Amino acid sequence: MITLGHFLSLGAMLFALSVIGIFLNRKNLIVLLMAIELMLLAVNMNFVAFSYYLNDMAGQIFVFFILTVAAAESAIGLAILVLLFRNKASINVDELNTLKG
Amino acid sequence: MDANTGLFYAFAAVLLFAAFKVITARNPVHAALYLVLAFFQASALWILLKAEFLAITLVLVYVGAVMVLFLFVVMMLDINLDGMRKGFWKHFPLAAGVGALIALQMAAVLMGGFRLSEPPKSVLAVGEVAVQLSNTKELGKLLYSEYLYPLEVAAAILLVAMIAAIALTLRQRKDSKSVNPSDQIRVKSADRVRLVKMNPTLAAPEPEPAAVQVEEKKA
Repeated sequence: MITLGHFLSLGAMLFALSVIGIFLNRKNLIVLLMAIELMLLAVNMNFVAFSYYLNDMAGQIFVFFILTVAAAESAIGLAILVLLFRNKASINVDELNTLKG
Repeated sequence: MDANTGLFYAFAAVLLFAAFKVITARNPVHAALYLVLAFFQASALWILLKAEFLAITLVLVYVGAVMVLFLFVVMMLDINLDGMRKGFWKHFPLAAGVGALIALQMAAVLMGGFRLSEPPKSVLAVGEVAVQLSNTKELGKLLYSEYLYPLEVAAAILLVAMIAAIALTLRQRKDSKSVNPSDQIRVKSADRVRLVKMNPTLAAPEPEPAAVQVEEKKA
């Protein structure tokens, strides 16, 4: 029988995988954005599982809003990426040192 | 073990495999395609959880719009991969250790603490009749009554994102003939009409003899 714990563990594994992805792809901005999408998917999985097992629709409403904000975030992120590539001809994170932070 | 359990393990396995390929794929196009696979598996899992509306929204919005955007950008940019892949596997042991630690700790807590296997039956007040609405209808009723204000804010966020994305990537074409409205409004009559002082009469210029000869030849 599938319990709530199974779904939450799946979400945790997915989140851990995307953390590994951010570790490994420190230089490639596009794959970094994809890893962030995976993280949001893991969080959404938890929300939907809680919503089902606790019989509360508020979790699904929250997933709806997370999807909205994630779509906006990736659209702006990709626009910045395109702009960056135009100016630097590269999306390597190591070369983004204009601000000397 | 019933059918749902088997389906859960199948979808979860493919989801984790796809996620692993997303973060290790050499080619960003492959990574994007594996991310599409991951979203499909997640949407199947959400259907198992009776969240049909969100599952279909995930496919339509994420696979249909966001991932297509990703693919556009990946294919538009000419990325030099060799420099980026340098030292890729060097940090893998550390990353895998941290990831495994996160997953194991969270699973240890979650598997023990959340043994719910069935959603609780909703408690009805006296005289109330249980109404089974579809997931979409229930979500819509809640969204447009209790969560109306957040919905409007979400719409505003989407509008801001659209304008920001367009404004960031807009580039004036060099051969564009569009007018600048502020310049057009600020113009004065002196910029448009130039009055030239001229003599009231002018002597007609003498026709050049060479030109006349050419004209005759043509005739």
